[in-house]
Amino acid sequence: MSIAVTRQDDVVIRFAGDSGDGMQITGNQFTDTTALVGNDLATFPDFPAEIRAPAGTRAGVSGFQIRFSSTDIYTAGDIPDVLVAMNAAALIVNYKDVAPGGIIIANTGNFTERDLQKAKLATNPLEDGTLDGYRVIAIDINARVTEALAGSPLTSKDVLRCKNFYVLGLMYWLYSRPLEPTLEWLAAKFAKKQDLADANRTALRAGYNSGDIHEVFQGRYEVVPVENALPGTYRNIMGNHAVALGLVAGAELAGLKLFLGSYPITPATDILQHLAELKEFGVITCQMEDEIAGICTAIGASYAGMLGCTTTSGPGLALKTEAIGLAIMTELPLVIVDVQRAGPSTGLPTKVEQADLLQSLFGRNSDAPLPIIACATPADAFDCAVEACRIAVQYMTPVILLSDNYIANGAEPWRLPEMDKLPHFPAAQVTDPAGYAPYARDGKLARPWAVPGTPGLEHRIGGLEKEHITGNVSHNPENHQLMSELRRDKVLGVRDTIPTPEVSGPREADLLVVGWGSTYGAIRSGTERLRRERNVSVAHLHLRHLWPLANGLDEIFARYKQILVPELNMGQLSRLLQGEYPDHRFLHYGKVKGKPFTAREIREKITAVLEGKS
Amino acid sequence: MSAVQLTPKDLKSDQEVRWCPGCGDYAILNATQAALAEIGVPREKMTIISGIGCSSRFPYYMGCYGFHGIHGRAAAIATGTKTANPDLSVWVVTGDGDAMSIGGNHLIHTMRRNVDLKILMFNNQIYGLTKGQYSPTSPAGLKTKTSPFGSVDLPFNPINLALGSGATFVARTVDTNPKHIKSTLLAAAAHKGVAFVEIWQNCVIFNDGAWKDWSTKDARAERTIDLQPGQPLVYGKDNEKGLRISGGEVEVVAAADADVWDPTTAAPLAYVMAYLDEREDLPHALGIFRQHDKPTYDAAVKEQVDALTAKKGKGDLKKLIYTKDAWQVG
Repeated sequence: MSIAVTRQDDVVIRFAGDSGDGMQITGNQFTDTTALVGNDLATFPDFPAEIRAPAGTRAGVSGFQIRFSSTDIYTAGDIPDVLVAMNAAALIVNYKDVAPGGIIIANTGNFTERDLQKAKLATNPLEDGTLDGYRVIAIDINARVTEALAGSPLTSKDVLRCKNFYVLGLMYWLYSRPLEPTLEWLAAKFAKKQDLADANRTALRAGYNSGDIHEVFQGRYEVVPVENALPGTYRNIMGNHAVALGLVAGAELAGLKLFLGSYPITPATDILQHLAELKEFGVITCQMEDEIAGICTAIGASYAGMLGCTTTSGPGLALKTEAIGLAIMTELPLVIVDVQRAGPSTGLPTKVEQADLLQSLFGRNSDAPLPIIACATPADAFDCAVEACRIAVQYMTPVILLSDNYIANGAEPWRLPEMDKLPHFPAAQVTDPAGYAPYARDGKLARPWAVPGTPGLEHRIGGLEKEHITGNVSHNPENHQLMSELRRDKVLGVRDTIPTPEVSGPREADLLVVGWGSTYGAIRSGTERLRRERNVSVAHLHLRHLWPLANGLDEIFARYKQILVPELNMGQLSRLLQGEYPDHRFLHYGKVKGKPFTAREIREKITAVLEGKS
Repeated sequence: MSAVQLTPKDLKSDQEVRWCPGCGDYAILNATQAALAEIGVPREKMTIISGIGCSSRFPYYMGCYGFHGIHGRAAAIATGTKTANPDLSVWVVTGDGDAMSIGGNHLIHTMRRNVDLKILMFNNQIYGLTKGQYSPTSPAGLKTKTSPFGSVDLPFNPINLALGSGATFVARTVDTNPKHIKSTLLAAAAHKGVAFVEIWQNCVIFNDGAWKDWSTKDARAERTIDLQPGQPLVYGKDNEKGLRISGGEVEVVAAADADVWDPTTAAPLAYVMAYLDEREDLPHALGIFRQHDKPTYDAAVKEQVDALTAKKGKGDLKKLIYTKDAWQVG
C-alpha cells in the first residue's frame, strides 16, 4: 500500500528529550537537510544550563524547534505542528505548546514507572487522557533501535544512544527529506569510529523505513522549496558563526589582521572557538585568564596595529567596563561583542534576553560614548560584524555589537554576500613624522593611528586626560571640556555614515512597531500577517544602529499615530527613544521569560493597543 | 640589531618628571634609560606599558612608545601588544599594589605563559599615589592610614610568587644601587621569555626607610647577597662570608667554601634563596634567582599561525564564506 503525500506550506517541529539524548544534533541535522531541500527555515534551540541535568527530569529537558516553509519566514514558529518527545518529562514540559490536533510522537520506551516518577507524574499521560485532542503516535523507540541494531558490536547502552537518529530518520520519512546529507555527515563525524558510524546509519535508515513498514502514519508530507527566494548562493548559518565570519571579513576589508582576546562564557564561546580555527587568516586568538584580560589584550593588540576584538556575554561586559573606558580615552579601534543572555548576575545563562542595551550605552564611569549596533537575525550578524569593524577603524573607537542567545544558536539560510560588493575601509596607519600629533583629528574627528615600531612617531598614550592635538597629559579644565565634547561628537558623527532605516509597511499608519535585535522575526511576521489578513494599519521599523541613532528617525516617528516598542527587557530602547525624541510617546512592551516573543504575542499586543486596551 | 647604539638621553621624553623629591623612582628611571640604551633595540621598537600608581607614570618619561594603562592590567595589555608584534621589546612597569593586588591574576598568568615581557615591579610596600595605605607586600603590623593599629594582612614574598607562577627569569635589585639595576635589567633584556624583576624602592613620603636595613651601602654588604650566575655565594664587606645549601638548610661558611650560584638549575634552590627574606640571621638575596629557557607564548602563537598558513595556504575569504554545503537559488 502506498502512503499518500500531502503538500504543506509551513511546518513547525519540536524535538524534545533529555539533555543527553542528542536533541541538538538531531535538530541541527534536520535543519541542514532542510536547508539543502530549499525551504526557508528558522530554528530555536532551547537547552538547560547544565550539561547533563539529572536524567529524565523536567529540568533536564532539551529542545530544538525548527520551522520550515515554502515561503519566507521570520521566526522559528509559535506553535509546533509536531512534537517529538523522547521521554515522559519532555512530553509533559512541551505538549501544551502543540497545535490542537497536532502530532505527538512519544517514545514509550521512556515512559516506565520510574520515568513517570522522575518527571513527577502520578499517571501516564499517554493513557490518562492528557493528550486527548492530539494525534499521538506511540512508538517504543528503545525497542525498535535495539531490534535494528541486533548484532552491533556496541554495548546496549551505546545502542540506545542511537535512538535520536532513528527519530531523525522517521521525521525525514514523514517530511520527505533525503537521507544523504546526514549519511555524509555521519561518515565524516565518525570517520575513525566505524562502529558508531554504522550503528547510527542503521538507526537512521531503520527510522526512515519504519514509516512505510509500520503504517503508524496515515500520510506523509512534503514542503516544497521556496519559489520566490531572492536569487543567489545560500548556506545555513548560526549567529555566533556569522559573527566570527563577519569579524574575519571586517578585518580583511580594513586591511588588518584580527586579534581576539576572550574568555569562555555562555552563549558567546562559539565565536572564540570558530576563530581559533582560522589561523591561516592570520587570526590570533588568546583565551585569557579572565574577561578583563580578554579585552586588555585586545586593546594592547590594537595599540600594536591589529584589529582588536573581544567577545563576551552580559556579566563579562560588566567586567570589561573599565577597560572599555580606556579604549575610549586612548581612541583605539576595538570591537566588543556581547551575546546577551538573561540576567542580572548569572541569571539564565542559556536563555535569551536583550537587556544589555543600557549597560552598553551607559555602563561606564563618566561620559564614555561609543557606537552600538545590534544584529537582528543569524545571517544579519555577519553584516553587523563587518559594520562594527568599519566603524571601529574609521572612527578609532571601541564599538559594541549586541547579539543574543536566540541569534547565537538560531539558524537560518544566509544569502551569501557578493564578495566584490563588500565595503572596503582600509585602516590608515600613519608613518610620516612630518606634522604628526597623537591627538590631531581628521574630518571624522578620528585621531591618527601610529603603531609601535614606526620610527619617529614615538609617543605616549594612556587613561589620563589628553591634551587636544599633542596628547600630553593635561589637567586643564577647558581642555577636559573640549576633549569630552570631541569624544561625544566623534561618536555622534557616525550618523553621517549610516542609512536611515527603512520602514516595512505603510509610510503612514495608526501604529509603528519599533524593534531592535532578535525580536525582528516576531515583529516582522506579526505585523505582516495583521496587514495581510486583517488589513491592520501597522508598520515595522527595526533599528540596527542603537547609538548613534540614525538621522531621520524623528520624521519617521511623526508619521505614525502611536509607537509600540517590544523588547525582551523591562524597557530599555523605549527609554532611550523617549529621552531622545520627547515629542513622541513610546509605549513599552516587555517580556523577560527567557524566551523570544512569539509572533502571536506581537499580534495580540498590537491589536490591544489599537483597540485602546493597552 | 647590534648596529643600534643609543644614549640614555635618547630615551628621555620631553615631559617633566613629577615624582616626589627623593623618590627612589628617579634612580630607577635613570638606570633603566642607561640599560635600555645598551640593549641594541631601536627606540621605535621599545614600548613601556604600565598600570596605575606612582611607578606607572614611568612611560611618560621615556622617549620610546608608551602606554599608561589602567590599574593592574598592564601585563594583560602588554601580552596583547607583544603577541600582536613579537618584534617589539615590551617592558611592563608596575608597583606592588598594581601588580600583586589588583593585577595579581594577570601577573601570575603572564608569568606562567612565559610571555616575552620584562616586568619591573617597584616594591615600596605601600600605596603611595593614594597617600599611604598598606599594600600586599607591607609587613604585618605596619601602621598606615588604613591600618592605624597595625596591618593584620600577611604579605606576599614577590620572588616566591614569581617562582611559583613559573616565571623563567626572576631577579631582584634595589634603588640604592643603580649599577646593579642596570646589570639586572641588561640580563632581563637578554633573557628570551618573561622576566620578573622586583626592585626595592623607597617611598620617601609614606614608607620612608622600609628597606633601609638592607638597602644602604653598608647594609647591602653585610645583609644582602648577590646571586650571579657562576659566582660564589659570598657576602660581607670583604666578601669574606659564604653560603652553602645542604639538606635544604642554608648555613654560613667561609667564602672559600661557598656554593657557586646556578640560576639555571632545575633544583628548587631559588625558593631557598627567596626564603632568606624570613631569616634575621642570614642575608636577603638580590640578583638573579632563576633563569630558565622555555618556549615563549608570543613565539608559540606566531608559530601556529605561520605553520597553519604554510599548510593550508593563506586564508581565502571567499572560500571561507562560500562553503561546499552552499546551494544556488535562481
